[in-house]
Amino acid sequence: MIEHPKAEELVEAVSKWIDSVRPSLPPRDAFLARVAVNVLGVVQRELALGPAAEANAVRRLRDLLGQEGDFQALNAQLCEAIRSGEMGVETPGLLAALKANITEQIAIDQPNYVSVRPAT
Amino acid sequence: METWAFTAVAEGVRKELILRRRPGPFDEETSRSTSLATEAALIRAAEKAGAPVAPIIHLAEPEDGLGEAHITARISGETLGRKIVSDPKFETVRPHLARQCGQILARIHSISPEGLPLKSADALGELDRYEAVYRHSGAERPILELAFQYLRKATPPPIQDVVLHADFRNGNLMVDPDKGVAAVLDWELSHLGDPAEDLSWLCVNSWRFGRSDKPVGGFGEYQELLEGYAEAGGAEIPLSRVLYWQTLGSLKWGVMCLMMYESYASGGTTSVERPMIGRRVSETEIDLVHLMEAGL
Repeated sequence: MIEHPKAEELVEAVSKWIDSVRPSLPPRDAFLARVAVNVLGVVQRELALGPAAEANAVRRLRDLLGQEGDFQALNAQLCEAIRSGEMGVETPGLLAALKANITEQIAIDQPNYVSVRPAT
Repeated sequence: METWAFTAVAEGVRKELILRRRPGPFDEETSRSTSLATEAALIRAAEKAGAPVAPIIHLAEPEDGLGEAHITARISGETLGRKIVSDPKFETVRPHLARQCGQILARIHSISPEGLPLKSADALGELDRYEAVYRHSGAERPILELAFQYLRKATPPPIQDVVLHADFRNGNLMVDPDKGVAAVLDWELSHLGDPAEDLSWLCVNSWRFGRSDKPVGGFGEYQELLEGYAEAGGAEIPLSRVLYWQTLGSLKWGVMCLMMYESYASGGTTSVERPMIGRRVSETEIDLVHLMEAGL
């Protein structure tokens, strides 16, 4: 494996290039170029934050389910537990674990998205 | 659906108009959308009921050679949600929008459904429909699973069906900096159902354009919306019913984002936009967690 340039740097270079040609594009392509830059932003953040986010998610799911496994296996198991009604909003620790996982996911997908709990 | 802005000039008078036209074939029986003839009838009925609309100028006849189409007046204003919630131009009108939206919805809900070929949809029907789409996608998203279960257990008591706009949100409202809502646009999803469905869709966080602190469209408060609704003759709707449908709205939007990603994954479309929308599922998931934490 090589150390440099890192994948993050390669993605950043492409992103900067798209940004530089964006003003010269017709409107529809300029819009899609902006989307492309956003896509590369997700890739960059996933490269930087993804491994730790997944490791944390696996740890939370393991604690919640009391089972071992990789993310895919544990996630599928959790979905099945909810689908079958074995787990629900009242299950201790479920909402907290899901919230912690999705908070790390949204930091990758849309770091500027603001979500607040409704005041009821 | 095609939308064309054009200017008609006759005897020295210029008229700014909008042509809506469906280029392909359409079967109203099986579609979720209404025909343009039904849409025109709805817009006329809404206008009579006192809701702001872009009035129908002409419903195309076969001899017009346009196919299925209608022409409406062109109302000026802004539809971009982000501008409506943040542009200083709307500062004076913004505090009044939520109440105004409540009043407008009460007027739309007063339309008689007689003679309008509208389908009806209730919460359980919507859950069935979107759960089938979700299952078909093969996605495994625990928060969506939980939201389906949660909403099935909490369906609100039955209520009298009303004519719904069914896509009433910031983005489908033409907003004038002085008058506020100048026209309600995009009527094609209209159906009969729970009035709280219309009141809540406007409150889904994805349509607040970054102003999460303002639950109604990113510009107002629940209380203003519900007060406006009651003032204009709408039924008393408890906030919990709105929150129920808001949760269902976030879930629906999450499943729609998944569907748009699927259209890329299956090779149906190649646009870079589609896979990126797939990453918007997580925004609905964080919203769903917050809604389930708060309860109804």
